[in-house]
Amino acid sequence: MAEARDATGQAPPIDLPGTAGNGAAAQGESQWPLWEVFTQKTGGEPHEHAGSVHAADPEMALQNARDVYARRGGVVSLWVVPSIEITASQSEDAGPLFDPGADKVYRHPQFYKIPRGLKGF
Amino acid sequence: MTEEELNAAFEARIAAGETIEPKDWMPDRYRTQLIRMMSQHAHSEIVGMLPEGNWITRAPSLSRKMTLIAKVQDEAGHGLYIYCGAETLGVDRSELVDQLLSGKAKYSSIFNYPTLTWADIGVIGWFVDGAAIVNQTVLAKASYGPYARAMIRICKEENFHKKQGYEIIATLARGTPEQKAMAQDAINRWWWPSLMMLGPSDTDSPNTAELMRWRVKRKTNDELRQRFIDLTVPQADAVGLTLPDPNLKYNPDTQHYDFGQIDWEEFWAVVKGNGPCNRERIQARRDAHENGRWVREAAEAYAAKHERRSQPTAA
Amino acid sequence: MDERSALFEYLLRLGDDRLVLGHRLSEWCGHGPILEEDIALANISLDLVGQATLLLKLAGETEGKGRNEDALAYFRDGIEYRNLQLAELPNGDYAYTIMRQFLFDVYSYHLLDRLRSSSHSELAGIAAKGFKEVRYHVRHSSEWVARLGDGTEESHVRSQNALDDLWRFAGEIFVPDEVDMEMTARGIGPDLLAIKPQWELVVRDVVTRATLTMPADKYMVGGGRKGRHTEFLGHMLAEMQIVARSHPGAEW
Repeated sequence: MAEARDATGQAPPIDLPGTAGNGAAAQGESQWPLWEVFTQKTGGEPHEHAGSVHAADPEMALQNARDVYARRGGVVSLWVVPSIEITASQSEDAGPLFDPGADKVYRHPQFYKIPRGLKGF
Repeated sequence: MTEEELNAAFEARIAAGETIEPKDWMPDRYRTQLIRMMSQHAHSEIVGMLPEGNWITRAPSLSRKMTLIAKVQDEAGHGLYIYCGAETLGVDRSELVDQLLSGKAKYSSIFNYPTLTWADIGVIGWFVDGAAIVNQTVLAKASYGPYARAMIRICKEENFHKKQGYEIIATLARGTPEQKAMAQDAINRWWWPSLMMLGPSDTDSPNTAELMRWRVKRKTNDELRQRFIDLTVPQADAVGLTLPDPNLKYNPDTQHYDFGQIDWEEFWAVVKGNGPCNRERIQARRDAHENGRWVREAAEAYAAKHERRSQPTAA
Repeated sequence: MDERSALFEYLLRLGDDRLVLGHRLSEWCGHGPILEEDIALANISLDLVGQATLLLKLAGETEGKGRNEDALAYFRDGIEYRNLQLAELPNGDYAYTIMRQFLFDVYSYHLLDRLRSSSHSELAGIAAKGFKEVRYHVRHSSEWVARLGDGTEESHVRSQNALDDLWRFAGEIFVPDEVDMEMTARGIGPDLLAIKPQWELVVRDVVTRATLTMPADKYMVGGGRKGRHTEFLGHMLAEMQIVARSHPGAEW
């Protein structure tokens, strides 16, 4: 997996095999952004990570989260957060092959898309 | 650390029973194998909605109707859990969907068979979910965290599916002669494909050893198949129905049931795309995807418009 | 009309609306525009069929002739069904399904809200449970009307077409007849004419938010409450009832 280093000695950005590169989703092929879901079983308990859903907007994310993770009951509160908004600590295992800038919770390709500010640049 | 050292450390973690999480170092082959396994599993859940969904509108009682809708809904949910788990490894769901629709990705061969009567719904729950459970309980301890956690959720929900299926068959078996014949006919059609569903003999299964070392496969296909047969034969006896294998016989020495030869040619034909329903299954998924495109785009457009409107103007 | 017959008719109407609509929604299973919507529609479908089951069970008990919910669901012909024509319409595209759902959900929301205080305690109990569910349904369908109305050009056109086409089925919801009046007189069911303005307000509000145009009030169709349906119901019931009817008397 080690990429060749370029002339400056900098390792090129990690190319994640299995993705089609930056902006993996083809034109109009979006399955909507990824959201993380946290559920609280009863009052007094902390919210726990339950998994993810895809949704186009916050209201939809909440509804989808309820349908997927709370339809059997046993949940009194739901939080949804766009996955991209979560900042994660580094794995202690991080070696030279691990991108030091990757403070995102997953390796999901949406985290490696062109940042919003550059749209229409 | 060199790549060799990283690999050794990784293998040691696995051997020690540790859980690998998304951001941990992993060999690329582990990552790609997991994406392959998880996406295949998820595709199976989604395609699996179709043969059963086929009978929702004809379910013969309101409670069976609701149970079947709930089951198919659970399958959608299971597919969703696993797709989301696969996404933690660096692949977008849209790409996985694309692989399924283009025919590149595999899914469980069993779902390429048609559901011809209401009894098929019972048999699918009993055999197909039954076989899946045998496989899945071990995956709940898989080495990859997101997969294991998805599987724990799935296993909790899966038990009700198998029980419901068996209950449908038991009801038919003690019903009218036509109902009993319907149940027997469904069993006759689904038994062998269900045995094949557990995968080819381990001698023909190249990935098994590596996947077992990495704790994403815990038992061999043959072991799972034998376990499934041993569980199911008494269940069939209990409702007075027969399994279509004249060689099925309890062996007191091995304490297992001996069984007849599986026609692996049929299995490979189905896997290669020549089963009864392969084309229809993929076409149905393609249609849903194509017809849904404008809906997905509309939702995104709406979200973008409203996000812009709620953003403060630049200073 | 005596109270028992009126109540039986009334419960059939409530039950049939939900059974037929729930059945229609279930047709989307495995064919929705995205996985999350497959799950959402299945949820709504289950809630509706669940409500229908309770209502038809109560209807059968009220009738007192030994018919349970399955007998009523599977062994009545179309002319004996009492649902709104709105419920039996084929799904069409997603905009059509959502718009149909929305028009029904807003009505059901206000209806069930008031039914919670029905003088008929069992019905009140069913309504209380249903009200918790319809709150989610109406959120789902309203938000989707907004998304599709104010999404892309294509979704906007499809939504407007859906609204224009469905509008003539909405009037039937609010035409009280002797059954409704009997129910209102006894405090069992709410006054439909009191719900109507509330329904109009919400519908107008969401339609506007969705950048759609309210259709002009024209001729309203009707007859479902008296068993006069569109041709669509016959086909739907043929499919729904075939297995049960092929084995009369069988248990499932």
